[in-house]
Amino acid sequence: RDKKFYYTRVLLGCCRRTMRKQLDHNLTFHKLVAYAIALFTAVHIIAHLCNFEWYNDSQQAADGSLSSILSDLHQDEESNKWLNPIHSNSTTPAYVTFTTIPGLTGVIITVALILMVTSSMEFIRRSYFEVFWYTHHLFIIYFAGLVIHGIAGLVRGQTAESLNKHNPEHCAQDPTHWGGNNKHSHCEEPEFGSIPAESWQWVLAPILLYVFERVLRFWRSQQRVVVTKVVVHPSKVLELQMHKKGFSMEVGQYIFINSPSVSRLEWHPFTLTSAPEEDFFSVHIRAVGDWTENLIDTFQQQKPKTPRIEVDGPFGTASEDVFQYEVAMLVGAGIGVTPFASVLKSIWYKFQHADQRLKTKKIYFYWLCRDTGAFAWFNDLLASLEQEMEESGKASFLNYRLFLTGWDNSIAGQAAFNFDKDTDVVTGLKQKTSFGRPRWSNEFSAVATAHPRSVVGVFLCGPQALAKSLQKCCHQYSSLDPRKVKFYFNKENF
Amino acid sequence: MGRIEWAMWANEQALASGLILVTGGIVAVAAQFKGWPFAAYSIAAGVFVCLLEYPRGKRKKGSTMERCGQKYFTAVVKVFGPVTRNYYVRAILHAALAVPAGFLLSTILGMACLGIASAIYLLAAIRGEEWNPIEQKPQERPQVGGGTIKQPPTMPPPRPPVETRKKQPAEVAGQENPVPVAVEAE
Repeated sequence: RDKKFYYTRVLLGCCRRTMRKQLDHNLTFHKLVAYAIALFTAVHIIAHLCNFEWYNDSQQAADGSLSSILSDLHQDEESNKWLNPIHSNSTTPAYVTFTTIPGLTGVIITVALILMVTSSMEFIRRSYFEVFWYTHHLFIIYFAGLVIHGIAGLVRGQTAESLNKHNPEHCAQDPTHWGGNNKHSHCEEPEFGSIPAESWQWVLAPILLYVFERVLRFWRSQQRVVVTKVVVHPSKVLELQMHKKGFSMEVGQYIFINSPSVSRLEWHPFTLTSAPEEDFFSVHIRAVGDWTENLIDTFQQQKPKTPRIEVDGPFGTASEDVFQYEVAMLVGAGIGVTPFASVLKSIWYKFQHADQRLKTKKIYFYWLCRDTGAFAWFNDLLASLEQEMEESGKASFLNYRLFLTGWDNSIAGQAAFNFDKDTDVVTGLKQKTSFGRPRWSNEFSAVATAHPRSVVGVFLCGPQALAKSLQKCCHQYSSLDPRKVKFYFNKENF
Repeated sequence: MGRIEWAMWANEQALASGLILVTGGIVAVAAQFKGWPFAAYSIAAGVFVCLLEYPRGKRKKGSTMERCGQKYFTAVVKVFGPVTRNYYVRAILHAALAVPAGFLLSTILGMACLGIASAIYLLAAIRGEEWNPIEQKPQERPQVGGGTIKQPPTMPPPRPPVETRKKQPAEVAGQENPVPVAVEAE
């Protein structure tokens, strides 16, 4: 089950790329860690720049100072007891950098890091996702280099054994008299050893977890997916109904889809529009870019063998809370209406089968969009739900309002003209379409009046600004009296 | 990957390289490393690159997010016409600017990054991309009546002359009674 990797993702911070509208906490964590890495990389590099320069100066100094004496120690021997990693008098820090393991790996992984950072700028990410996604895989080079960065052990300290024979605090004052059989100072020549590489200890566990998750996702994606039904809706929307062994979903989740015939490497996320109670799972794909257009084209050609589809998922937090409220206010804005297809269907199934887990008695559904064109399929869904409810005599279960925010004079004129008709002129639904944005204060007070003693759950899938105003209304219209109406705003990430 | 404008990424990379050049340069000059004149050069080169790359060019498709306050830089960069518009020029310029920074360890990173930016610009130039300034849109006059009034009248409506518009005293305002009316006090 996907839930067992929830905290793994949080810990690793980035096992997933995400959809725009989801505020995954793991992404925020990942970005914070990335900023920290960038900052500390800068500090680390500046420090080592100074180190190499000063090591080089010490090695070249011939003035009998402490640093020049220390630099000369153990340089010619086979044993690894030296302190100064620079062994030559006539080299430069740059040359040393490129001929040692830490220097070379350092430069390579820093360049990789910088490329990753520049391609992750929000502007690039939002406009040219592939550049970001493929460049970000440089992290493989980054972590590989990071692990071997410290192997050579160039940064050294005095060995414990040597500290017994040479106390630096005392002996540093008279470096010319070290070693030999000097009875005065008991200072043997100091000996130095490497501090072992440590990075691998920190990154090993997360790397293994990440590799494991990628392997798992790959294995999952190789499972066979059977496309049971393909429907082409108006405004270039493709509905795919599919079947996969062992697939189980909850409302509000999403899957990643890959179609090798369109692009071998691209995976794109889509919200599941089917209810868990149905025996298939479905997505509605709208043509918004290369990949989606190609996919829709491929299916429209109706070749005898349907193109192969790979599915990874489902992901996302399941929103079971929707079913726990006696009264639910569901608000879907624009593309945010998609998860509600799943929610509404599921609620209807549970209601029909008198499912005990369903506490909901009444739903108020608000659909806000500029124009219904691309969501004609959702329109049909509402129409069929409307019809089913009437047939079961439970027409009052669902109360939905559609708000068209992209109206113009001609649409409004038509609406006014057809005022007396039974069905709405725009959608064909029994409920009339309203124009413009809803007045939430009116809506909330109406719901509060109709259900004076209920707990009302408010669920939103839409922009942040709308979330703020809904939250405000929830506070405003909740009664202080615990027996009276209470509105709870759910910040579920649908 | 058909819709990528490589120049946008090259721009980010070059801007980052400029900052890295400046940082590396400052470290070497402040600590007086051997060969620090190269670092002084790299500070100057870094600043120049940052100034050149700060104004983002206009994307061919879709809207482009401007960087904060970039319109002042755009005005200057625009002046150079084809020199700043052409990405071949930028590719060669960045490659040339990067070379002296390679002589000092502190600035080698800046050199590598600027070199990569130069390579991406070369790719952009080969694909025919160009730097176009983001122009400020002229301020639209706020429309009265929500745009439904197409030709608002320009003259005020005709009014009677000032004298006749003076307010009439209250008593004369009412009707003229044909029969005298006496008010009986109760």
